[in-house]
Amino acid sequence: MGEATDFLWRPRIGELLWNTVRLLVLGVLVSTAVGVAGAWVVERTDVPARGWWHGLLCAPLAVPAFVNGYGWVSTTHAVQSFPGAVMVVSLSYFPLVYLPTVAALRRLDPAVEEVATALGKGLWQVFWRVTLPAISPAVLGGALLVGLHLLAEYGALQLLNYPTLTTAILQQYATVFNGPEATLLALVLVTFCLLLLGIELLLRGRRRRARVGSGARREPTRIRLGRRRPVVIGGLALLAVWALGVPIGALVRWLVRGTSSGIDWGELTGAASSTFVLALLGGLLATAAAVPVVWLAVRHRGLVTTAIERSVYTASAMPGIVIALALVTVSIRAVPAVYQTLGLLLVGYLILFLPRAVVSVRSTFELVPPNLEEVARSLGCSGPAVARRVTLPLVLPGLSAAAALVALAVATELTATLLLAPIGTETLATRFWSDASSVAYGAAAPYALALIALSVPSTWLLARLSMRSR
Amino acid sequence: MKNRLLRAGLGVAAATLVLPLLTACGGDDEPTLVIYNAQHEPLLKALAPEFTKETGIEVELRNGKDLELSNQIVQEGKASPADIFLTENSPGMSQVEAAGLLDKLPADLVAPIPEQYRPRSGLWTGFVARSTVLVYNTDQTDEAAMPASLLDLAKPEWKGKIAFSPTGADFQAIVAAVLDLEGEAATKAWLEGIKANGKVYDGNNLVLEAVNSGEIEVGIVYHYYWERDHKESGDVSDHSSQYYFSNGDPGAFVSVSGAGILKSSDMKTEARKFIEFLVNEKGQQILADSYALEYPLNPAVQLEGVQKPFSELQPPAVNVSDLDAKKVVDLMTEVGFL
Repeated sequence: MGEATDFLWRPRIGELLWNTVRLLVLGVLVSTAVGVAGAWVVERTDVPARGWWHGLLCAPLAVPAFVNGYGWVSTTHAVQSFPGAVMVVSLSYFPLVYLPTVAALRRLDPAVEEVATALGKGLWQVFWRVTLPAISPAVLGGALLVGLHLLAEYGALQLLNYPTLTTAILQQYATVFNGPEATLLALVLVTFCLLLLGIELLLRGRRRRARVGSGARREPTRIRLGRRRPVVIGGLALLAVWALGVPIGALVRWLVRGTSSGIDWGELTGAASSTFVLALLGGLLATAAAVPVVWLAVRHRGLVTTAIERSVYTASAMPGIVIALALVTVSIRAVPAVYQTLGLLLVGYLILFLPRAVVSVRSTFELVPPNLEEVARSLGCSGPAVARRVTLPLVLPGLSAAAALVALAVATELTATLLLAPIGTETLATRFWSDASSVAYGAAAPYALALIALSVPSTWLLARLSMRSR
Repeated sequence: MKNRLLRAGLGVAAATLVLPLLTACGGDDEPTLVIYNAQHEPLLKALAPEFTKETGIEVELRNGKDLELSNQIVQEGKASPADIFLTENSPGMSQVEAAGLLDKLPADLVAPIPEQYRPRSGLWTGFVARSTVLVYNTDQTDEAAMPASLLDLAKPEWKGKIAFSPTGADFQAIVAAVLDLEGEAATKAWLEGIKANGKVYDGNNLVLEAVNSGEIEVGIVYHYYWERDHKESGDVSDHSSQYYFSNGDPGAFVSVSGAGILKSSDMKTEARKFIEFLVNEKGQQILADSYALEYPLNPAVQLEGVQKPFSELQPPAVNVSDLDAKKVVDLMTEVGFL
C-alpha cells in the first residue's frame, strides 16, 4: 500500500493527471460546440448544398485519429502542444456529437421553436432555452462518447507528444517488470470514467423524451443567413479542410515520395479483408449485446438496471492492452483451447466497445414511446410479437448506427488485436503501425488509405441514418 | 425486398470472408514453428521464406513490440504457443530469461556470434546489432559541435537542444549501458541532467522527425532510423546527419537484438534449425541485404551502404548479461521519466 502511494504521489503522476483532465474537459467542450454548431447550421439555416456539408461533417469519422495526428504533425509542429492536441482530437471526434445532434434536430417538432419565436424570443434565446434542452440527450450521448474516446486515446496523443494517463499506461507496459504500476494507473483511469458517467447521468435527468404527436412532422422554416452566409460557408470549408484535407494530403504525399511504397496488393487485400470481417463481426456482436442492456435500463428504470448499464462503460475506459493481457491470463489458465482464437478476440472487442453500441442504441430506444408497445399489447400482440413488429422497426436505425460505430472502432484497434488475434492475422491498423514506426511511411500510406476507404461505408450509413426523420 | 437482398448479399460476403480466416487459424496438417517476433517485420519477411525453402519447415509470426511480447510470454508461462522469441533489443529477452522460460542454446550452434553479444547464461543469443548515435540538424549545427561523450549532454550548455524517447526498450538499453559503465550515482545524475535539458518524444521515429524538421538540434537514437529514411525518401532525414561516439564511450554502445528458444516449445529441433539459419552466413547475409539496415553480428558478413561499417565502431566493452533492466526502470521512475 505504501509503495502504491509512493508511486502515485509523485510530480510525474500529477502532471499526467493535469494533462488528462484538461484534455478531457476542453476536448469534450470543443467537440461538442463544433458538433452542435455544425448540426444547427445544416438543419436550421438556409446554407446552400446542405447534403454535401452533411457528408463532409460526417466524413472525419472515417479518418482514424492517429492518421489525423500523423497528417498534422507532418504539416506543422505547432500541434505538439496542449492547444494542438485539443484541436486534433476535436477535429477527429466532433462528428460523434454532430451525428446524434443532427438526428435529434430532425426529429424535433419545429412547432415548439416557432411558438417560442412567436412569443418574441430572439434566435439565441430560442436555441438556448428551447432547442438545446430538447436535443440534450443526443448531445450528451455524443459528448459522453467523445469523453470515452479521449480517455482511451493513445495513437494520436503519442504522435502529438502529449502524455496522458493512457499513454503512461502503455509506456509502463513498455518497461520490464511493470505489473502493479500499470494496474494502478488503469484504476485511476476507471475513476475518471465513473466520474464522466456520473456527470452525464446528472445532466440527463429523469425526463422522458418520446414524442407522441399527431401526424407527420413538418419541415422547419430555415433561418436566413443573409450577409453572414460567406462567413458560415468559410467556417464549414475550413473545418472540412482541417479535418479531412490535411491527413489525406499527408498520406498522398508519402505515397508519392516513398520508395518503400511499392504496394504489395496481396498483403493489402489480405489485411483489408480481415479488417472488414473483424469489424463486421465486432459490430454485430456488440450491438446484439447492447440491446438487452439498454432495454432493461430504459424500460425498467431502477438502481440495479442503471448500475448494469453503467458498469459496461468502466472496462472501456481502460486501454486495450490492460483488457487484452487480462484475457491472456484468464483464458490460458481456464480455457486454453480458446486462446488466440477469433472467439476470444471478439470477446475482447465486446468488452472494449460495448459502451459505444449502448450509447447509440439507448438514444433510439428512448425515443420509442412505451405507449405504442402498450397499445400493441392491448390489441392482443404477444411480447415477442410486439418486439418484432413494433419496437424493432422503430429502433432498427439506432441498431445499424451502433453496429457501424463499433465497426469503425474495431477497424482501428491495435493492441488487443496484436495480442489476441489468431496467429498470422494482419489488419490494416497493425500493418500501418508496424510500417510507420519503422519509418517506412511510404509503405504505411496505402494501409491508412485503405482503412479510410473501408470506413467510408460505415460513415455513409451513419450519415444516412442521422438524416432520417421519424 | 431491396433490404432482404442486401442482407443476403452481406451474409454471403461475410461467410466467404470469414471462412478463410477460420481455416487459417484452424488445424494445419504440418506443424509450424511459431515465432513471437518483436524485430521489425521487414527483416523476418525477408528471412522466413528462405528458411522454409531450405528446411521445409513452415513459420508463423506473431508481431509486436519487445516488451509487449515479453510480457505476454511471461503471462502465458508454460502454456505459451511460442517456440521462438525474437526481440529488437535485449531488455525484453532478459525479462523472459529471468522468468526461467528459455531453453539453453547449444554452444556450437551460436558459435558464429562473438561472445560479447551473447549472455553468459547461454540462454539466448544476439543476432543483429544497432549503434547508438546522435542525429543532428545540419542547418543548425555541425559535427564539430558534437560532444565527446554521451554524458556531456547532461551539461547546462545542452539545455533545450536535445531530444530522446525514454520510453520503450531501446532507450532503456542505452541507460543500462551507462549504468554498467558509470555506476548508479553517475547514471542518476546524468538522467536528471538530460531530463532538465531535453525534450521527450514517444518513439525514435518521432525524435528523428523532430530533429530533421529543426524542432530541436540533436537527438539520441539508433543508427538505422536515419539510414532507413535516407534510403527511402529523405523525408525526415534530408536536413540531418549522424554522429558516432568513439573510444568506448557509453554513447558508442552497441545493443543487440536477441533470439531464444522457449522451454515450453514442442518443436525444439526445428527451432534450433531456425536459430542456426539466423546466425549462419546465409541467414546473416539476407538480414544484411534487407531493408532493416542493422549490423549482422556474424563477422563473415558486412553491412554495405551505411555511413559507418561495423568494423569501424568503437563500442564500450559491455556484456549483455550485465545490463540491469530492472534497476534502469527504477532509476527512470525515480527521475520521473516513467
